[in-house]
Amino acid sequence: MVAHRSLSQIFAAPLVIAIVSTVGLISALVGDGWWDAVSWVALGLPVLLYLLFIWRRRPN
Amino acid sequence: MLLLCITGLPLIFHDEIDDLLHSQVKPTEAPAGTPPADLDHLLANALARAPGKVPHFLIWDRDEPGAMWVSVGPTIDADPTNNLLIRMDTHTGAYLDSPDVTGRFTYIMLKLHTDMFAGLSGKLFLGLMGILFCVAIISGIVVYAPSMRKQRFGAYRAQRTRVVRWLDVHNLAGILLVAWTLVVGFTGVINTWADLVLKMWQFGQLAEMTAQYKDRPVPSKLTSLNGAVEVARHAVPGMTPSFVAFPGTLFSSKSHYAVFLHGDTPLTSRLLKPALIDAETGTLTDSRDMPWYVSTLYVSQPLHFGDYGGMPLKIVWALLDILTIFILVTGVYLWMRRRRAGVSQERAIANAASIDNP
Repeated sequence: MVAHRSLSQIFAAPLVIAIVSTVGLISALVGDGWWDAVSWVALGLPVLLYLLFIWRRRPN
Repeated sequence: MLLLCITGLPLIFHDEIDDLLHSQVKPTEAPAGTPPADLDHLLANALARAPGKVPHFLIWDRDEPGAMWVSVGPTIDADPTNNLLIRMDTHTGAYLDSPDVTGRFTYIMLKLHTDMFAGLSGKLFLGLMGILFCVAIISGIVVYAPSMRKQRFGAYRAQRTRVVRWLDVHNLAGILLVAWTLVVGFTGVINTWADLVLKMWQFGQLAEMTAQYKDRPVPSKLTSLNGAVEVARHAVPGMTPSFVAFPGTLFSSKSHYAVFLHGDTPLTSRLLKPALIDAETGTLTDSRDMPWYVSTLYVSQPLHFGDYGGMPLKIVWALLDILTIFILVTGVYLWMRRRRAGVSQERAIANAASIDNP
């Protein structure tokens, strides 16, 4: 539990992730090779974060 | 939505699944630089295999350059979705095979995913569902704020009751995937309008380009197909032919071959440019870029399919799809739970929390 958070605190991280995902969605359209790799990483990030957050709390 | 997510999952890998489940005749290995077969010769070979049928489209295989497809129907105005597809060797012009794709697992998944076997009305219904999906995502963002007032980003309360855990999973996966689900949802909606977009183009730009031909009789004998494609290549330098629509089909006028060409970058390879070739004289009538609404459709396709960044992107797409299924399932659970309890979500959670920590 943390103290009440403001809207900007709540949405800061989601906004960054949304921007990164959007970059990922577009980059593979723009080019091949490195552009594709950028998109794999950028779109893989949400999946990775999900696993990380769920895993972190699992063991106890 | 669950149906769409579940049927969509195998569709991400439809090429791989088809390769695995169905064997195809391999085209001859042609060394780089081998000239392609004469298209008239190739077409004649294909039609010899389908007596009494007329060609609708000639299609270059995007993934397998050694093969081409000839799509034939009983008459020129027959519904092309029931066409027979004949696979031909690009370099020798010989017949390869004509697989019946309609019995395939991927085809059934595709039908369930796009129109539930109910044609245009099925498509538009699923489009409406897609719009509701986008609305649900946006309302999810709105209720994310109050539900996260006291939580850090990424909170997962593993010790709590199921309703709290599933709320956390729903919130976490939902907010992480928000950009992807919105884009895939919305581009899916755009795809359901494909038939309408085609009609708009037909009555708009295509009618405009062929206005002077409106009252001409249908040519009794068509000029060389190979010649028409060559004229189109010269008219639009730097682009590669993608498919040819024969005179009288949905994609052309009664008196033209419509040769559709694409570029070579991932983006421009999705954008088609038609060159209309007079099927009586074999000369170029007109070539224009497609209007914005067609381009929007073409750009939205890869963004929905996830097939534009190689195998790793397909895998990421599948993982994101599985997480979306989690979001849907936990969402339905939370909703039913709330209905059953007849109290607000917050109350249910407060109750659960007080049981956890008395």
